[in-house]
Amino acid sequence: MMRSASRLIVLIIAALPAAAVAQTLARYAIVGDGIPEPLTGQPGDPTRGRALVLARSSTCILCHFGPFPEARFQGDLAPSLAGAGSRSTPAQLRLRLVDASQVNPDTIMPSYYRIDGLTRVGSAWRDKPILSAEQIEDIVAYLATLRE
Amino acid sequence: MRPQALLAAALLGMALPVLAGEIAPSGRRSGYDFMSADSKAMQDDDTANPAMLSVLEGETLWTTKAGAADKSCSDCHGAVDVSMKGVAARYPAFSAASAAPVDLGQRVNLCRRQHQEADPFAPESRELLALTALIAKQSRGMPITAGGDPRLASSVARGRELFVQRQGQLNLACANCHDDNWDKHLAGSAITQGQPTGYPIYRLEWQGMGSLQRRLRGCMTGIRAQAFDFDAPDMIALELYLMSRAHGMTMDAPAVRP
Ligand code: HEC
Ligand code: HEC
Ligand code: HEC
Repeated sequence: MMRSASRLIVLIIAALPAAAVAQTLARYAIVGDGIPEPLTGQPGDPTRGRALVLARSSTCILCHFGPFPEARFQGDLAPSLAGAGSRSTPAQLRLRLVDASQVNPDTIMPSYYRIDGLTRVGSAWRDKPILSAEQIEDIVAYLATLRE
Repeated sequence: MRPQALLAAALLGMALPVLAGEIAPSGRRSGYDFMSADSKAMQDDDTANPAMLSVLEGETLWTTKAGAADKSCSDCHGAVDVSMKGVAARYPAFSAASAAPVDLGQRVNLCRRQHQEADPFAPESRELLALTALIAKQSRGMPITAGGDPRLASSVARGRELFVQRQGQLNLACANCHDDNWDKHLAGSAITQGQPTGYPIYRLEWQGMGSLQRRLRGCMTGIRAQAFDFDAPDMIALELYLMSRAHGMTMDAPAVRP
């Protein structure tokens, strides 16, 4: 809670001079080790989520591999996504996607729904989260189906 | 590291301890080692290595008179295989004229301006790649020595700082991949240690030649960072750090890379 509250303040301050460019992020509350409520107020679509996980622009399988027989190039920089839904609850998956650094401060996994605390972001990507709230929810819905 | 520790290390003449995550000298490997047998064979055979076309072009330029001075490189430097032997292995180097480190391309352009009185070549131009490929070839098989000059110390330190700093929308540091995960794969590609031994290179993905600066801009854009401009001081610092990190490694320029 503390951290997301201070993040919000940072966001507001940072947004003042560049209000036109900065995108506002949906508010969310971290409870324990997760974000229990969907960022969009409604559950995502697992089919769209699977397509997103495989999409190059989402970057997931640059690092991860998983049960994706059609994807020729997958990374081995990160653990398999197979069984992700058995190891974590949807709330934990949501926090991991929104801001993995809150789960593991040293992680190399990007924070997909965070725009503060970043350095030298390219102009095409500045002040935008990597994924939208809808996309995060779709991916959470999909990952939750990966059970073993 | 504290200044006293540095001093002590220097006094004792011992190697500085390896920082966490840094690759030990004996563990360093050129990008060549990670390539497929086909790509290795292409690099090893001068008649198959496409970068040699650029070297040939460089040989022509080397003896072509240019500029208001109407002088060729060879008019002053003579045979390239004598005068430029080992030169690329010690660049970026400190330039008294610029009071800053300059990389090999910038050094060539200093001669264009001061000694040939001609316009400098644009970054990544055919001419600049050709001349740097020609000069780099004269360091093939020689150990990298760049970075030792004390006047470069602050720039090496700046380069290291940039190398370990998280950046871009993906919030990754060069070191996250090239020090900590070099034996792994990003999607299909071997990450490698990001060693600068082969530049300029013929890159299969580009289907053309490119400098180390172009390669670094590619990695920066890959993590969605604002890439440094060509020849920006931070770009040179990063090149310099990479070369000092590769101290003692064998040059294999002009290399082929995937
Ligand atoms: C830069 C590499 C990288 C990228 C890109 C990346 N991850 Fe990760 N991810 C990791 C690493 C490394 C871990 C292991 C835990 C840690 O180090 O934080 C991890 C852990 C996870 C976990 C928990 C694994 C488990 O089951 O215990 C999930 C789920 C996950 N990532 C999903 C994703 C999704 C979905 C994406 C794309 C939106 C993604 N990751 C993108 C590196 C990455
Ligand atoms: C997400 C991982 C990642 C990050 C972060 C990254 N790179 Fe790379 N880098 C790669 C990959 C993968 C390649 C090899 C691509 C290929 O050849 O197909 C590469 C190639 C290189 C090479 C070429 C090596 C050779 O053999 O010619 C250099 C040099 C390099 N990177 C430097 C850097 C620098 C400097 C940074 C920081 C600004 C950086 N990289 C950030 C993944 C990364
Ligand atoms: C009029 C004479 C002259 C011409 C023409 C000339 N240079 Fe030079 N070059 C020099 C001198 C003198 C130096 C030593 C540094 C200085 O004083 O600028 C030098 C230094 C260099 C160096 C650095 C060598 C080292 O050991 O660090 C390189 C590389 C170089 N020149 C390349 C070229 C190329 C390529 C051309 C043709 C495009 C060229 N030069 C044309 C006079 C010349």
